[in-house]
Amino acid sequence: MEFTETQINRYSRHILLPEVGGKGQKKIIQGKVLIVGAGGLGSPAALYLAAAGIGTIGLIDSDVVDLSNLQRQVIHQTPDVGRPKVVSGKEKIQALNPDVNVVMYEERLTAGNALKIMSGYDVVIDGVDNFPTKFLINDACYFAGKPLVHGGILRFDGRVTTIIPKKSACYRCVFKKPPPEGLVASCQEAGVIGVLAGIIGTIQATEALKLILGIGRPLTDRLLDFDARRTQFREIRIKRNPDCPLCGERPTITELIEDGDVGGPTCALPGQRNL
Amino acid sequence: MQVMINGKAEEIAGGTVLDLLKAKSIEPQMVAVEVNDTMLERTHLETTQLKDGDHVEFLFYMGGGR
Repeated sequence: MEFTETQINRYSRHILLPEVGGKGQKKIIQGKVLIVGAGGLGSPAALYLAAAGIGTIGLIDSDVVDLSNLQRQVIHQTPDVGRPKVVSGKEKIQALNPDVNVVMYEERLTAGNALKIMSGYDVVIDGVDNFPTKFLINDACYFAGKPLVHGGILRFDGRVTTIIPKKSACYRCVFKKPPPEGLVASCQEAGVIGVLAGIIGTIQATEALKLILGIGRPLTDRLLDFDARRTQFREIRIKRNPDCPLCGERPTITELIEDGDVGGPTCALPGQRNL
Repeated sequence: MQVMINGKAEEIAGGTVLDLLKAKSIEPQMVAVEVNDTMLERTHLETTQLKDGDHVEFLFYMGGGR
């Protein structure tokens, strides 16, 4: 492919970077990123990836925009309340960069559709708000062999990590299964400071771009935890766990399953504040 | 004795990882525990004795995103 003059102008600050250049920008333009959840994390990730010129962005979300989303889901705006998030997201992406092909999946990710949807993408970004789907994304990326950029936010804390299936620690290497229902409060009860979505979501977009460009050192085998109260990042080393039920030596999960109730409660954690 | 808990030095009485969880009122099912960079099986929480200088990480589930 050859760049048009408009593209050279639009992507000039990337092309100037020795690590990107014209060659790297072409990789970005040919890149395909799937964003699961067009919400808090998915919003900044989608906007920055669109600005960067990612060729295809897939958006999966079955919800419509709610007024309470707008405190952090910056891709959606007040007139979008009540509209499907994938439709609202696609409009904003294409207003920002009409070169981006946006594929809308107005549905939930399930064990039935995950592998088929993921097969068309280079990188998957986790922007969902419930544990069963976070585990499903981890497992599906493992079976599909797709790099995953995992993210989570809660109250004033955020976490991000990159998972290269069969090469680096996966989510189940650390957390074997979703937390027991009943022990977790919902996100709605727990709350979240809106800006965290921007911080963690843009780190996820950074990781996706690096993977597509093949540059730098990915955030693999490390959990990057962010504490907004102290404005502190902390890196926790993790490694592949031989007892991992998915990618360990004697796996017990040998096909895609739905682990837990997707509609169930999600994100909070008693005891965390005792540290 | 002194151990590092989530990056911070703390004086503790000793005992097992489960004792430490109990002392901090942390529900074992809500946390993944890493001692010196190795994940502990939940069944080993009560058999793993902490030693001076151990690095302990309590990793909590962080589920939000939307």
